[in-house]
Amino acid sequence: MFGEFEAFLSILTFVPAIGALVIALFRFTARPEDQALIDKNSRLVAWVATMVTLALSVIMVANFDRETAGFQFVHEVTWLEQIGLGYRMGVDGLSVLFVLLTAGLMPICIMASGAIEKRVADYMIAFLLLETLIIGVFCALDLVVFYIFFEGGLIPMFIIIGVWGGQNRIYAAFKFFLYTLLGSVLMLVAMVFMFLQAGTTDITVLLETEFARNAQMWMWLAFFASFAVKMPMWPVHTWLPDAHVQAPTAGSVILAGVLLKLGGYGFLRFSIPMFPDASDYFAPMVFVLSIIAIIYTSLVAFRQTDIKKLIAYSSVAHMGFVTMGLFAMNDVGVQGAIFQMISHGVISGALFLCVGVIYDRMHTREIAFYGGLVHRMPVYAAIFALFTMANVGLPGTSGFVGEIMTMVGAYQVSAWIAFGAAFGVILSAMYMLTVYRNVVFGEMTNPKLENITDLNRMEWAIFIPLVIMTLWLGLSSTIVTDITAASVDNLISNYDAALAAPAE
Amino acid sequence: MTADMLSRDLSLLIPEILLACGAMALLMLGVFMKGEGANKLVQWFTVGLLVAAGLGALFLVTGEGTAFDGGFIFDGLARFSKVAIGIVAAIAMLLAMPYLKAERLGKIEYPILVALAVTGMMMMVSANDLIAMYMGIELQSLALYVLAAFNRDSLRASEAGLKYFVLGALSSGLLLYGSSLVYGFAGATGFNEIAIAVESGPSVGLIFGLVFVICGLAFKVSAAPFHMWTPDVYEGAPTPVTAFFATAPKFAAIVLLARVLVEPFGGMVEQWRDVIWIIAALSMAIGSFGALTQQNIKRLMAYSSIANMGYALVAVAAASQTGMWALLVYMTLYMISVVGSFGAILSMRTREGMVEQISDLAGVAQRNPGLGWSITALMFSIGGLPFMVGFFGKFFLIYAAVEANLLVLAVLAVLFSVVGAAYYLRVVKTVWFDDGDVEFVPASLSIYWVTRLAGLSTVLLLPVLGWLVFRAYSVGLATL
Repeated sequence: MFGEFEAFLSILTFVPAIGALVIALFRFTARPEDQALIDKNSRLVAWVATMVTLALSVIMVANFDRETAGFQFVHEVTWLEQIGLGYRMGVDGLSVLFVLLTAGLMPICIMASGAIEKRVADYMIAFLLLETLIIGVFCALDLVVFYIFFEGGLIPMFIIIGVWGGQNRIYAAFKFFLYTLLGSVLMLVAMVFMFLQAGTTDITVLLETEFARNAQMWMWLAFFASFAVKMPMWPVHTWLPDAHVQAPTAGSVILAGVLLKLGGYGFLRFSIPMFPDASDYFAPMVFVLSIIAIIYTSLVAFRQTDIKKLIAYSSVAHMGFVTMGLFAMNDVGVQGAIFQMISHGVISGALFLCVGVIYDRMHTREIAFYGGLVHRMPVYAAIFALFTMANVGLPGTSGFVGEIMTMVGAYQVSAWIAFGAAFGVILSAMYMLTVYRNVVFGEMTNPKLENITDLNRMEWAIFIPLVIMTLWLGLSSTIVTDITAASVDNLISNYDAALAAPAE
Repeated sequence: MTADMLSRDLSLLIPEILLACGAMALLMLGVFMKGEGANKLVQWFTVGLLVAAGLGALFLVTGEGTAFDGGFIFDGLARFSKVAIGIVAAIAMLLAMPYLKAERLGKIEYPILVALAVTGMMMMVSANDLIAMYMGIELQSLALYVLAAFNRDSLRASEAGLKYFVLGALSSGLLLYGSSLVYGFAGATGFNEIAIAVESGPSVGLIFGLVFVICGLAFKVSAAPFHMWTPDVYEGAPTPVTAFFATAPKFAAIVLLARVLVEPFGGMVEQWRDVIWIIAALSMAIGSFGALTQQNIKRLMAYSSIANMGYALVAVAAASQTGMWALLVYMTLYMISVVGSFGAILSMRTREGMVEQISDLAGVAQRNPGLGWSITALMFSIGGLPFMVGFFGKFFLIYAAVEANLLVLAVLAVLFSVVGAAYYLRVVKTVWFDDGDVEFVPASLSIYWVTRLAGLSTVLLLPVLGWLVFRAYSVGLATL
C-alpha cells in the first residue's frame, strides 16, 4: 500500500524534525510571558510527533517484504549529482527493526521527561531533532547522508547532557562529543577514499564494489575507530559511563537504547559487507576485545556504587556479545547480534527508566541509599525484577535469546570464545542480583524512604509496553528473525563468496 | 589601441569602475553635504554600490577575457569571487551602520574606505600580472590599515592599526622582492609569460621568488607562520571592521594566492606544494590550539580564521580542478557563517556598551533563544560539523586532498577539526549550559536579521548546495 509511495521513508524520518520546527517557531516568536505556556504545550507536540513516527514505522514494518534482501521504500532525490552525491534513503532487513526500535522508545522518553522543568521547549526540540537524526542513520543509503545523520546526532545529545544533566554534566558532555567525534573523523577520510575509488557514494553500489585488499585494511581500521567508540568496545568505552551517569533519564534511555546500536549497525552495513577480507583478518582481534569487554566490564560493574554507572558498564558488556556475534560471521551469530541489539535497546532503556523512577523521588543514585523498597513499592519491585532478570539473560526474556544465539554463533568459530562469553553471563547475574537485592530487598533502614510512593499512572503507561516487548521477544524470537533472515542470509553468502574468491 | 578595444577592455572592468567612480562621487557628496543625514546617505549608497558591483560582475559583464594587454583578466573565477566579495562586503557594511552610530564613529570616510578596499579586492581576484596584483593588494591594504584604526580615540584600535600597517608593509616588501626576482628570472611580469618561462624548467631564482611571493600572500590570508598580527588586529579593531577583515579580504587573498600558484606557477607544483602543505598544516595546528584558551570572542574568531585559512590552503595544495571549486564553495560557506557570527558578536551590547568576553554569552540560549540557537548553528557550521552546511565545505576540501593523494594532510585536517570542535563547543557550552545575567539590549534590525538569517542558512542552504557547487564547478582555470 505504502510501498509505491516514494517519499514515505523520508516523511517518516522528518516528522519529528517538523515537530521540532513547530515548537521552535513558537519558542522564538512568543513573548517572554508566554514561554511557560509553550513549555507546557511542547510536551504534547513532541508526543504527537513521536507517536506519528511510531505509527508510520509500524506501517512500514507491516508492509515490509520479508522475502527479499534488497532495499525497500527507497527514496532518491538528485542532489549534488555533478560529483556523485545524492540523497538516498531505504531500509532492508538489517535496518528496518532499528527504525522501529527508535520510534518506539522515543514516545516513552517524552513521557518519562515529566521531571524536566526548565527549558522544556528546548528539551523537546533537541529530542525531536535527535530522533530524526537517528532514524536517518538507519535509513541512509548514501555514505555522506549516513555520515551527516551519524555525526549530527552528537549535537542534540551534547545539549541534552549539558543542559539537563547531573552535577558533572559539562565534563561528560565534552567527553562524549569529542571522544566520538575523534573516532568518526577518520571514518570520514576513509569514506572520501571509497568515494574516489567507486566514483559514487551510493551504498547499494558500494556494496558491490570490490576494494583492494590493502586498501580494505586501512578503511576497515578507520571505520572501526568510529564504530568501536560508538559501540562502545573496550578500551574506548570510557566516555559511556560518564555520559550515562550525567544524562537525564530519557537521555540515558536513548543513549543506551539506540545510540549504542549505531556502532553495531555500522559494522553490519559497512565493515563486514564492504571489507570482507579485512573483516576476516581482524575478526580475532574483535573477539579478543569482545571477551575482554564482557568479562572486564562485568567485573567493573560489580564494584559500582552508582546504579546508573552499573547499568552503563553492563551495557558495554552486552555490546561485547553483539560484536562477538557479528564477527562470528554465521547466520545464527549475526541474527543473534541483531536480536541482542534490539533486546538490549528495550531492556537497558527500561532499566534506566527504573533508575529514573527512584531518582525522581529521592534525587540520588547511590545504591547504599536505598534498601527495602519492596515494602513501599511492590509494583516497582516486580517490574525492576523482570528487567533485572532480562538483563541477566533469564530464559523467557528477550535477553536470553540474544545471548544464547551469539554464543552459539561464536561456538562455531571457537569454543574458547563462547567459553569466555559464558563467564560474562555468570558475572552479569552476580552484579545484577546484588544490586537488586541491595536496592529492593532487606529492611528499610533509611528513614528518608519512609514516604516513597509506588508507580504513578504515567509510569505504568511507560513500563507496560516495555514489559510486553521484553516477554514477547523472549517467548517468540521469530518475530525478529523472520524479518532479518533474508538480509542476513544475503550478507553471509556474499561474505563467504568474497572470501572464497581468489585474491588478486 | 583602438577605441573599440578600449571599450571592450573597459566593459570587463564595470564592477571596478562602478566602485571607484562611486566612491569618489560619494566622497564629494559627503564632503559637501555634511551632517548626520549625509552620513546615512553615504552609508546606504555604499551598500547599494557594493551590491551593484557584485551583481554587475554577474550580469553586466557579458564577455570573458583579458584586458590591458593581459594585465587584467575576467574569467569564471573572477566573476564568482567578485559576486561573493561584493555581497559579503555589503552585508558587513550593513552590520557596521548601527555600530558606528552607537559608538559615534559615523564619519563618511568609513563607507568610502570600504568601497575602495573592495575595489582593491576586485582587482586582486582579476590580477593577471605581478604589477596589477601588487596594485590591487596595496589599494586594499591601505584602506584596511585606516579602517583598523578608525576609532582614533581607542588606544587598542590605534595599536591594531599600527601593527597591521607595519606587518602589512613588511609583507608587501617581501611580495615585491619576490616579484622582482620572478621578473628577473622569467623576464616578464605577465602571468601568461611567466607560465611559459616556468614551462621551460624552474630555475633557482624563480623558486626563490615564488617562495617570497607565497610568504607575502600568506601574510594577507593570515596563514601561519605569518599569522601574528591577526589576533591583535581582530581584537583591537572596531568589531564591524573585524567582521569585514574576516570575510572579503580573506576571500580575495586566497583566490589570488590560488591563481598565482596554479596559473603562472602551475608548472612548479612539485616545488610549491610542499611549502603550501607546511603552511596549511601549521595554520591548522596553531589556529586550533591557539583558540582553545581564548577568553575574548574576537580573538577566538581570529584563531578560528587562522585555522580555517589552513583548511582552505589544503584545497590549494591539491592544485586541481576539484581543489579550486572546493576552495570556492568552502570560502563562500565560511564567509556566510563568519559574517553571521560577527552579527552575533555585535549583538553583545549591554547598557554600558559592547562586551566581548565569551563568558558574557553565558545563558544566552535561555534569555534570547533566537540568538542562542543562531550562535549554536553558526559555531557548529564554522567548525564543520554535520548537519550544518559548513560540514560540506570541509568535506569537499578533504575530497580534493584525498584525490590529490595528500592523505596525510587530509588526516591532519580532520584531526585538527576535532581540536577545533573543542573551542566551538566551548562557546556553545557557555551559551547553553552556564548561567549568566548579562542583559543585552535589543539588537538593531540589520544585526538581528543578519545573525538570524545566517544561522538559518546553515541548514537551509543544504538543498541548494548543489547549485552553489555547480556554479563553483563551472569555474575553470586555464592551466588545469
